[in-house]
Amino acid sequence: MSFRTSFIATVFWPRLKANRLALAGLFVVILLFLASLLAPFIAPYNPSEINAWQVLSPPSLSHLFGTDELGRDVFSRVLFGARISLKVGFVAIGIAVLLGSAVGLAAGYYAGWVDTVLMRTVDIMLCFPAFFLILAIITFLEPSIWYIMAVIGLTGWMGVARLVRAEVLSIREMDYILAARCIGCSDLRIIVYHILPNALSPVLVAATLGVAGAILTESALSFLGIGVQPPTPSWGNILTSGKDYIEFAWWLSLYPGLAILVTVLAYNLLGEGIRDALDPRSKN
Amino acid sequence: MTVYLLKRVAMLVPLMLGITLITFTVIHLAPGEPVDMQMAMNPKVGKEARERLTKFYGLDKPLHEQYLTWLAKLARLDLGRSFSSDNRPVLDKIKERLPITLSLNIIAIVLEFGLAIPIGVMAAVYRDTWLDKGITVFVFLGFAVPTFWLALLLMYFFGVKLNCLPISGLHTLGYEAYSWSARLWDLSKHLILPIAVASFGSLAGVSRYMRSAMLGVIEQDYIITARAKGLSEGVVIWKHALRNALLPLITLAGFSIPGLIGGSVIFETIFAIPGMGQLFYQGVMSRDYPVVMGILVIGAFLTLIGNLIADIGYALADPRIRHQ
Repeated sequence: MSFRTSFIATVFWPRLKANRLALAGLFVVILLFLASLLAPFIAPYNPSEINAWQVLSPPSLSHLFGTDELGRDVFSRVLFGARISLKVGFVAIGIAVLLGSAVGLAAGYYAGWVDTVLMRTVDIMLCFPAFFLILAIITFLEPSIWYIMAVIGLTGWMGVARLVRAEVLSIREMDYILAARCIGCSDLRIIVYHILPNALSPVLVAATLGVAGAILTESALSFLGIGVQPPTPSWGNILTSGKDYIEFAWWLSLYPGLAILVTVLAYNLLGEGIRDALDPRSKN
Repeated sequence: MTVYLLKRVAMLVPLMLGITLITFTVIHLAPGEPVDMQMAMNPKVGKEARERLTKFYGLDKPLHEQYLTWLAKLARLDLGRSFSSDNRPVLDKIKERLPITLSLNIIAIVLEFGLAIPIGVMAAVYRDTWLDKGITVFVFLGFAVPTFWLALLLMYFFGVKLNCLPISGLHTLGYEAYSWSARLWDLSKHLILPIAVASFGSLAGVSRYMRSAMLGVIEQDYIITARAKGLSEGVVIWKHALRNALLPLITLAGFSIPGLIGGSVIFETIFAIPGMGQLFYQGVMSRDYPVVMGILVIGAFLTLIGNLIADIGYALADPRIRHQ
């Protein structure tokens, strides 16, 4: 473990720090975390407070992002929407990473028919247009944020499985794995203690990029009215009213979309930065 | 080549079976009987529809028997009847909407690759210059823009502000009276925004991929040889290098199909285009269960066929694979 901490301190962090774009991404990600954590304290209004005298009023000093069709403050709603996006992004990707890693580890380590069955399953899952599969599953369930997270995770693990398997295939031929086997380590111990930690770097990159993808998917689902249900604010469902009032209220469409754009951009930049920092071939 | 083809086609069979198995699992994901679920969600589904559904899926029989019955129906292209008031066979509904979605997606793919290839090549050739950096910024923005938001912005700008492009449907009201050239013009005007949105989605990814493929090729010995022969830089880049860098893009085109088909739900819904994506969305919203399952299977099969075509294209283009 000490090697790992020293790697982070002497190689990974300096490399990431040198990458200005990745650093900017990290900064925005941290800012978003703080914003969603502190949303109840920094939001100027209650996000579901209806005000009949302030319906669809354009951005002003009292309402930075304007108000929506019920007179609710769009800035406060976007702020609370950040909570949903973050929650969905992390839980969905958590599920995808756990499932994908388990499948990839098993397929790569046991090889043979286990590998064949698992990887063919991956191939088949990849045949389904992901958005169709998600929508089809949601058809049978009550719309709820927990189902959304689970479904995005359960339809998004295949990439991670392929990555982990490829890593495991090369790691299992290493001498230290042979050594571990010689001193009588069980398969489970070898997988968890010797292979998994060494296969994690591509997973970290895929997970960071995956959070961005999950946020995009959730916003699209909510936009279509199948995701997070009103009155809970999410960036996607604010945009739904943006579409309905597009002729009168551009601010309803502009700001939530920008929030998605900036968030996804930040995670992508951070992910690419982590990839470069972990890549042994990249120059220091 | 024939052996390769035969092998590749034979591989489709287990994949198709797998697709049907997963679709069948999705049907049974719902807690309780799918029919009860249907009843609870959609009070419009009457007793008669319930009996028909139970009979169609053979829900009173054991699971494996249900699967086999459903599979046999599927093999005969019997996808059941829609729950909607028209009660038409699902296959007919898909048949009349599939051509719209397919042609839109094909135009989008052509446009996307037609733009992404030169963009990627330029970024690779002018590596680390302001042009490359500019393209990289564009690529990252492209990755991050939600397509439905882009659609909204375009609708606002071209439809509301400038009021120069139609923002919904495929035709103007009363277009039947137009001459054929006016009809074509009308259709093209309706298609500009949806196709722009559909192709923008993966433009960034493809050009990024093209850039790295090109960077890999430029360092090869045969490029040095071509330059040493005294060929002009244009011929070296656009003929010798590009041809080799294009190969992996064929596979990428195959991989981009599920994304495009999935994306059609979004842009067809926003722009009110009567394609398969819109049918799927309507099916989801009204819990029209046979329609949703039918499109899910068809969508996956289409992807499978797309990948097959891409693989054959790759084999035709790359003699190393053909002669294996």
